Amino acid sequence: MTALLKAVDLCRDYRVHTGRGLFAAKAILRAVDGVSFEIEAGRTLGLVGESGCGKSTTGKLALGLIAPTSGSVRYRGVAMPPTGSPPWRELRRKMQMVYQDPLGALDRRLPVGVQIMEPLVIHGTLLPNEHRERAAAVMEAVGLLPHQFDRYPHELSGGQRQRVVLARALMTEPNLLVCDEPISALDVSIQAQVVNLLLDLQDRLGIAYLFISHDLRVVRQVSHDVAVMYLGRIVEQGEAESLFAEPAHPYTRALVSAIPVTGGGSRRERLLLQGDPPSPVDVPTGCAFHPRCPFEVAQCRSERPKLEPLPGGHPGGRRVACHRVGEPAFRVAA
Amino acid sequence: MAAPLLVLRNLTVDFHNGERLSRAVDIAEFEIGAGEAVGVVGESGSGKSVTWLAALGLLPTRASVGGSVRIDGQELVGAPAATLERLRGKRIAMIFQDPSSCLNPVHRIGWQLSEALGLHRGLESAAAQAEALRLLDQVGIADARRRLSDYPHQLSGGLNQRVMIAMALAGQPDLLVADEPTTALDATIQAQILVLLRTIRRDTGMALVLISHDLGVVAENVDRVAVMYAGRLVEEAMGADLFGAARHPYTQGLLAALPALTGPRQRLTAIPGTVPDPWSVSSGCRFAPRCPVAEPRCAQQPPPSRRIGLLHRAACHLAVEAGRSVWAMPQAAE
Amino acid sequence: MLTFAVSRLLRAGLTILFVMTFAFVVLRLSGDPALLIMSVDAPPEAIAAFRKAWGLERPLWEQYLAYVGHATTGDFGKSMRDGRPAIELVMERVPATLAITLPALALKIGIGIPAGIYAALHRNTFADRLTMAVSVAGFTMPSFVLALVLVLIFAVTLGWLPASGADSPIHAILPIVTLGTAGAAIMARFTRSAMLEVLGQPYIRAASAKGVTWPRVVARHALPNAAIPTVTIIGFMIGSLVAGAVVVETVFAWPGVGRLLVSAVANRDLSVVQAILMVIAAWMVSANLAVDLAYGWLDPRVRGASAGGH
Repeated sequence: MTALLKAVDLCRDYRVHTGRGLFAAKAILRAVDGVSFEIEAGRTLGLVGESGCGKSTTGKLALGLIAPTSGSVRYRGVAMPPTGSPPWRELRRKMQMVYQDPLGALDRRLPVGVQIMEPLVIHGTLLPNEHRERAAAVMEAVGLLPHQFDRYPHELSGGQRQRVVLARALMTEPNLLVCDEPISALDVSIQAQVVNLLLDLQDRLGIAYLFISHDLRVVRQVSHDVAVMYLGRIVEQGEAESLFAEPAHPYTRALVSAIPVTGGGSRRERLLLQGDPPSPVDVPTGCAFHPRCPFEVAQCRSERPKLEPLPGGHPGGRRVACHRVGEPAFRVAA
Repeated sequence: MAAPLLVLRNLTVDFHNGERLSRAVDIAEFEIGAGEAVGVVGESGSGKSVTWLAALGLLPTRASVGGSVRIDGQELVGAPAATLERLRGKRIAMIFQDPSSCLNPVHRIGWQLSEALGLHRGLESAAAQAEALRLLDQVGIADARRRLSDYPHQLSGGLNQRVMIAMALAGQPDLLVADEPTTALDATIQAQILVLLRTIRRDTGMALVLISHDLGVVAENVDRVAVMYAGRLVEEAMGADLFGAARHPYTQGLLAALPALTGPRQRLTAIPGTVPDPWSVSSGCRFAPRCPVAEPRCAQQPPPSRRIGLLHRAACHLAVEAGRSVWAMPQAAE
Repeated sequence: MLTFAVSRLLRAGLTILFVMTFAFVVLRLSGDPALLIMSVDAPPEAIAAFRKAWGLERPLWEQYLAYVGHATTGDFGKSMRDGRPAIELVMERVPATLAITLPALALKIGIGIPAGIYAALHRNTFADRLTMAVSVAGFTMPSFVLALVLVLIFAVTLGWLPASGADSPIHAILPIVTLGTAGAAIMARFTRSAMLEVLGQPYIRAASAKGVTWPRVVARHALPNAAIPTVTIIGFMIGSLVAGAVVVETVFAWPGVGRLLVSAVANRDLSVVQAILMVIAAWMVSANLAVDLAYGWLDPRVRGASAGGH
């Protein structure tokens, strides 16, 4: 069975100025460095990591919104057409993006109903008189009321706006939604509404998600599989529940242990990292995580670890990029 | 409890907008003991930050503050500017959400620290410099001497928050109000800052008000928690009581809306509707429109603040039993 | 900082070259100076002789190269009217222009900045609205209208001040006031919005929370930050010190660069127009350079740009 979306060895470089003016030094920032993943139809891949780890860039690469420096994206086994070309535009109907800030993603001067119908106008798939019908159906699916069709974005609450953005993305019946921090701007009580909605839509319509978030709780709630990124690379990947229950990479372990819990009492492992993530312009040699890693040895400084299956046959197809992960003492050391 | 450090009574904050008036805060009674750590939880618009800005006289002039806030018997509401200026930073210090924009971009870190030391401790030049170094050291900043001559934009968000904490410590305050201190920071940095706040509290014995939208952040770092909704205190309890046996439907809803980190994934309980418009006037319980067990009286009469147990109060007409969630009841529709 | 300065200097040079080329092309395209100066019915031999004397018969690109070559040594040729070096004609007018524009600048800064700060600190009060209303009136009124109104009041009706000419320092008063009023109004508005922007920043509230007294918050925390955008507008005003008085000089018959420009254009005196444009361009570019350097001094984020990654 071919995956719905398959990304192989994606890399994306940016040229950045390290100074100002005409003769400022330039450097290459490798935002995404050799990222591979697959998303199957109707499933969710969660992409987690801290700011600047390249997760949003990965999302844009997956949709072909930006072209990779090297590597490839295949949709249903077919290579991604060049960005902006007619076949690419055609493909965009099947893959849509949902951004963090619904107010920024919407036009303040247009009623939301008009904006929801917009993708159909662009792609010209239905007859114009069918647009409104389809919009009404989609609005109902995302929990918007018919009278809200004529409302302007500022007349709606944050949660309702995010529903509008979702409705607009659903108009062309996509198979894949790339959601970039879709609920981070919402209040806690509203987040749950949107999370439930995303899961319901997946159940009913069989949509696959690439769900990008820094919120590990929410990622665990919505994802089948999870990939953890650090400085442009995937350091750990696997089935969601087992990954959060038994994280293997020291960075994942630190991330999981950094989630504050309300339960009290049953405290899990505590792994507190020192310092800040290094600049992506100046990625450390060897394992990029080694300067902050409590388990770092000489090999970590010189040799970059590959993303390999966890030794000892771990459930959930876990793959980890760490030199020391196979050592028995390593698990106990924390 | 001995005589409390800080007492709020009948505190109200009203914002004027032309002819309209909105009540952003309406707190009947709230106390903080010396050295106590209290968490204040709420969503946007709950008044959790405004309360403390009002106490310190930091709100713009279109806000009018009523009632009383006393620290060791000294009244803050309506106090002359000179009195408040002497209190701020000295008895009550405050740190904010986005540390990098809370430091003045045109002054060096050392200058800003020395300013606080000069104001509160009368330290000048060499003495101030030495004390500034000690403070940076206390908040875990390596290479403190070099950092003194850095500007805020040269430091990461986490380091800037450490600087803000150092500056708050400069006046050796009795109470530190931390308003969403880690919301703008990455997960691993958030964990560092929270550990730092705990360490400092242990070393200095100052009281802490930790304001957050994140129940987890509060749960792990305070003794007592107050939950606010639409300007009012809805529930107040010791941490374990609140997270284990919440009695107010809103608190229960917030907890149920949080995805679990372990165990099987269950559908989240979403609180329907949205936070009320701040300009709307309601004589009854502000949460009634979203509450699954609301009765007619909830919309008409303000709920009484009932004492449930030792230090546990909830403002609800209904006596919800311990260990029973109103959201698990059949009528709790989404 | 050194590469910063060098790159700015290079950019300044390029700007001047661009202005030079632009001036040359536009002036040559707009008509034959020989015909304009000699009048159309002059004998063809006289026109040919004039063309030869001024090098106008050579191909355009040759004229251009010669012009640029000479310009780099400060030679803009001779005035086609009276034969004196063009640059000399221009430079002797500069002091007269500065004599009214410099005091006007002092007026703009001295009144505009304090008024803007005052308005910002008393936002939405009567004083703020009054200041802003006066400011709107000040900069919407065209300078020749204001000039005429002032002349009508102070020269014609009251007879306190002379209406035109440049015989004594008293004569400078009305031109200075005319120039200063509009500038002060713009300055006040700009300062007010810069100040309001800064006062809304989190670090201002954080400074108050720290216990800093309000006057000190304004003086030490707000003003240095508000100064950064304000410098832009001051730089712009300094840039227009030489060229910004054309209308006012004409109205008040003030013998400055502006009036020279008007008469040189009317007379098609190419060398003089080109020399004036060059002086103006050089002045403006220097003012911009000064602003950039002032930025570096005022704003540490510009100074240590190598620290920022993106």
